[in-house]
Amino acid sequence: MSLKVIKEIKFGILSPEAIRKMSVVKIVTADTYDDEGYPIEKGLVDPRLGVIDPGLKCRTCGMRFGECPGHFGHIELARPVIHMGYAKEIYKVLKGVCHNCHRVLLDNEEIKKYARRLKEARVRDVEKQKVLKIIAKQAARRRRYTKNNICPHCGVELPRIRFEKPTTYMENTEKLSPSDIRARLEKISAEDAELLGFDPEVARPEWLILTALPVAPVTVRPSITLESGARSEDDMTHKLVDIIRINQRLRENIDAGAPQLIVEDLWELLQYHVTTYFDNEVSGVPPARHRSGRVLKTLAQRLKGKEGRFRNNLSGKRVDFSARTVISPDPNVSINEVGVPSPVAMELTIPERVTYKTRDELRSLVLRGPSQHPGANYIIRTDGRRKRIPANDEELRKTLAEELDVGYVVERHLQDGDVVLFNRQPSLHRLSIMAHEVRVMPYRTFRLNLCVCPPYNADFDGDEMNLHVPQTEEAQAEALILMRVQEQIISPRYGEPVIGGVQDYISGAYILTREGTEFSRREVEEMLCMAGLGVETSQDKEIWTGKEVFSLLLPPDLNVEYKNKICRRCTTCKEKECPYDGYVVIKDGKLLKGAIDGMAYKARSECKLLDKLVKDYGTDTGRKFLDSITRLILWVLGMKGITVDMNDVELDQDAKDRIDEVLQDGENKVDKLIEAYHNGELEPLPGQSLEETLEKKIMQVLAAARDRAGQIAEEYLGMERFSVIMAKTGAKGNMLDLTQMAACLGQMSVRGERLHRGYNNRSLSHFKENELSARSRGFVRSSYNKGLSPTEFFFHAMGGREGLVDTAVRTAQSGYMQRRLMNAMQDLKVEYDRTVRDNTGLVIQFMYGEDGVDPARSDYGKAVDIDWIIHKHMEAV
Amino acid sequence: MKPLPLSVKEELTEKLLEANKKRNMTVSQIDAIIQEVVEEYNRVLVDPGEPVGTVAAQSIGEPGTQMTLSTFHYAGVAEINVTLGLPRIIEIVDMRRKPSTPVMTVFLEDGYSNDREKALRVARLIEGTTVENVARSVIMDVINMNLVVTLDEYKLDDQKISIDDIIKKLKKVKNVEMTQDGYTIILNPGDVSLMKLRKFAMRVRNTQLKGIKKIKRALIRKENGEYVIYTEGSKLTDVFKLEGVDTTRTTTNDVREIHKVLGIEAARNAIIKEIKETLDEQGLDVEVRHIMLLADLMTVDGEPKPIGRHGISGEKSSILARAAFEVTTRHLLEAGKQGMVDSLNGVTENVIIGQPIPVGTGTVELVMKR
Repeated sequence: MSLKVIKEIKFGILSPEAIRKMSVVKIVTADTYDDEGYPIEKGLVDPRLGVIDPGLKCRTCGMRFGECPGHFGHIELARPVIHMGYAKEIYKVLKGVCHNCHRVLLDNEEIKKYARRLKEARVRDVEKQKVLKIIAKQAARRRRYTKNNICPHCGVELPRIRFEKPTTYMENTEKLSPSDIRARLEKISAEDAELLGFDPEVARPEWLILTALPVAPVTVRPSITLESGARSEDDMTHKLVDIIRINQRLRENIDAGAPQLIVEDLWELLQYHVTTYFDNEVSGVPPARHRSGRVLKTLAQRLKGKEGRFRNNLSGKRVDFSARTVISPDPNVSINEVGVPSPVAMELTIPERVTYKTRDELRSLVLRGPSQHPGANYIIRTDGRRKRIPANDEELRKTLAEELDVGYVVERHLQDGDVVLFNRQPSLHRLSIMAHEVRVMPYRTFRLNLCVCPPYNADFDGDEMNLHVPQTEEAQAEALILMRVQEQIISPRYGEPVIGGVQDYISGAYILTREGTEFSRREVEEMLCMAGLGVETSQDKEIWTGKEVFSLLLPPDLNVEYKNKICRRCTTCKEKECPYDGYVVIKDGKLLKGAIDGMAYKARSECKLLDKLVKDYGTDTGRKFLDSITRLILWVLGMKGITVDMNDVELDQDAKDRIDEVLQDGENKVDKLIEAYHNGELEPLPGQSLEETLEKKIMQVLAAARDRAGQIAEEYLGMERFSVIMAKTGAKGNMLDLTQMAACLGQMSVRGERLHRGYNNRSLSHFKENELSARSRGFVRSSYNKGLSPTEFFFHAMGGREGLVDTAVRTAQSGYMQRRLMNAMQDLKVEYDRTVRDNTGLVIQFMYGEDGVDPARSDYGKAVDIDWIIHKHMEAV
Repeated sequence: MKPLPLSVKEELTEKLLEANKKRNMTVSQIDAIIQEVVEEYNRVLVDPGEPVGTVAAQSIGEPGTQMTLSTFHYAGVAEINVTLGLPRIIEIVDMRRKPSTPVMTVFLEDGYSNDREKALRVARLIEGTTVENVARSVIMDVINMNLVVTLDEYKLDDQKISIDDIIKKLKKVKNVEMTQDGYTIILNPGDVSLMKLRKFAMRVRNTQLKGIKKIKRALIRKENGEYVIYTEGSKLTDVFKLEGVDTTRTTTNDVREIHKVLGIEAARNAIIKEIKETLDEQGLDVEVRHIMLLADLMTVDGEPKPIGRHGISGEKSSILARAAFEVTTRHLLEAGKQGMVDSLNGVTENVIIGQPIPVGTGTVELVMKR
């Protein structure tokens, strides 16, 4: 069986003949069902239009519900009406065409010229649109002349034409009826129509005026039966009812020879209904409403916007073989794996073909059936018929298993090692969907390794994630090779790891590898064993340092040197002699100096160690390293412990006094500034008002005071406090957070200014009006540890709220920007000649990124790490 | 094997020479190094079919959520406000006619760049000064129907403008009766209506005394051992005419203006520089290659085009892709009228009709070995 491929889609407008031809029934009655509940013939739900009730057969094609795609009907309009979507287009044509000879209003020279330009521009659509715009403008220009406003072909004087939204056209003062317009459009020659932008083959100008209205099949406007048994029709059906009613009245009136005025009124009404049938949001037209007052959703509304057909159903589709549940952490699954709860594993299946090799295995799965874990749900026979494996009929299962033969397909349960795609919304980048290997587990949550949280941006406060099962071998292979987690360790965004240690894994690594950590041989063996690491420790060694234990995880020929996060940035670096564990030396796979911290393998940062492992030793080594280090550190922390308490931010009296002094000093300085301001002694900064200068200076003074207080606090906060370890190693938080807890919060601000709004000329009623002092304008002198005064607490909340509002607004803005970026750039790809082209073949770049290098494989953005290669070769001697 | 690009070649030569200086290398060593560099380079090349556009869009868009929204920040010179963060990126990507905070960085030629006095003089020439800037007040005297302009002597002195100059300039605005008394000038436009007087006052206030019109301020600052002028407001053509201005380095943050004055290649570089600087300022790390691709896409036609329905997305070849993006119905109707053909070779179109997309592994067919 060969698949049919759609090569292209040509658009056009339906001609009245085409509408009639494809119509299976001419609709004449506005009623839907008769009293017995049967559809009325020639009504809006005529049985020939398709089936919406299960069990019935289509009168046109004979297919059943779900198979029959539905068939169009049509309504003969008593009088032609304007197609609202083309109202403006009709105006353009009327302007550009003579009312007498029906030629386009360009002289023969111009016609030739533009016809040629149009032909030349055909290759690129953008160009063509430009030429069409020029033609329309040129053709309409003669009408605007005060003198010589005559047709270049027949010489008749051209009247002015006005367009009154939404669907009225005036010639001088005469109103043009749709019939008049249609008569004119009919006489435009094919060549002229082409100049006006039409493709006369598929879209004659007169087809913009409707004489027959297509009626969509019932399958697109199904009625729903309410619990009470009453039927509720679709909005489109309601609209069609309106059209038919008015259409009928109009015809009757015309036939009866009713006065012109009445006919015209009804015609107008018909126009309104047809307009709103197409689009119920046309400006200038009151939207049609349901009896309840709800605005109807008609054709355009069905297609448009986020919830419209295009974005909701065509660009994004619902899928089978997917699951969604809450996620929870599990350090014991590999970063490549995902823990799948067994109820999910028994619902999701993978089709596996029966071969001589797999037959016995699959038979046993069929025997186990759908309700035991490694089982199967369906078998598919060679003729394509599906058979459900029964859960409680062992005999039948046995016969089905016997029946299994080569060529059958078994839909078996998800098992350990299967490849699945795992996703968390919002899917902001490609790392939001990665391929994991299944590990079936008890309970009901998806389990994932903590190292993969950063790319998904996941945490475990109730987050849910989705899982998809690729069904074909091709899809599975592709997912495994391209999308597997270990292949994504290095981010394409900046060429550094996005998957790596987080939080306690960083502080744990520090505790393990800092100078002075020691373990007995028993402890080491226990740790390695419980962490599931098969490492040889048979050396005769009773006391192990942490660095030695860590070295067990490194490849034996690894050589790295770097300054780590806890490096104190001394003026002269002693490098290998660093007394603070700040300079890491790994030689021949042995960690000799320095402590492992955020600089080594923290996700989303420059990480020297992990980066090196992945780039030089391959992703496999990188994955193994992450898997084992995380398990090891879990046991290190189990033995050494890590915790945070209030004492972590408690300073001794001496420090508190010093901080107080600094802050008091700062406030005094502010007071002095204010005094100077009031006395008119303050010098304004260039280009700023006095007030701005004062504000800026106060902010500076207070920021300096806070910083100084923070520095003092930092002096007293040593590495023996766990919270300091966390901040300094880069595990979580930073020193600023700690100084806010220990010393002083500092200035609160909204929009970069001190707080000053709230009451009249003051921030809170606790202060005098127009008071400028530090305390009244949101300077929080207390620390979290000491506790905030009521006013300070309120100021803090003010500053905090700005952050919240900011986040909410930002998400919306950046989301839209990303959507636009995606839409503009998604068709660009690298060709075999390494040029970047769009889908029309237009070259955007002759060499991707000027050197053709893939950012995800680059060395921090550089093509090749030349230094390292030279270094390597020179060392080799 | 693809040969090394120039940038890598240059770096390699330089580093080899440097290494050779430290320790002599043998020819075979050098050959081995070159060989490995070439191999390594070929290993890190992009794969054909790689959807680099999508990756670039994601890489630029994803950090958007982490950016600050606060529009104004102080950068470069503390006194000049510059739009930063997400709003700035959106502004660049939208290719707005005028950025919300146009700023020029004017570099000076040798002889000017290290002389504070001379630099200051150039800055004064750049800074646009109006009567309002040097006046203490401009008051409408409604009883006598005239205008009283009181000038500020310090500001005049600072700007080195004499009262006579001002009177001369004001004469050009409208030749009316003027009486000068010290630092006060009284203008009497004669018998006019209140409306007219108000309009006249407006014109007097905005009378350009010197400098470049749209530039509100020009500040000098010492940077890397030379004086650089930062301006609020941007007008490259006028600044380029001034003596002492280094036209090769002077620049603005208005990409459209750069395009107009310096051409499309300069505009491309400006887009890259502006986006990169904005991201760097926020501490966000994004590969230049992604930004380069975006800039190249925006400037392929020789004219900077915005991302979005008025630019690149609106000019796409596929009708379905355009309809799926924004203004759905208009695109469909237009396509019907013109009898357009969608040749279905983009991503969105193929998603819509349910066929494999022509990027990545979709570019090739899989042939199984039997």
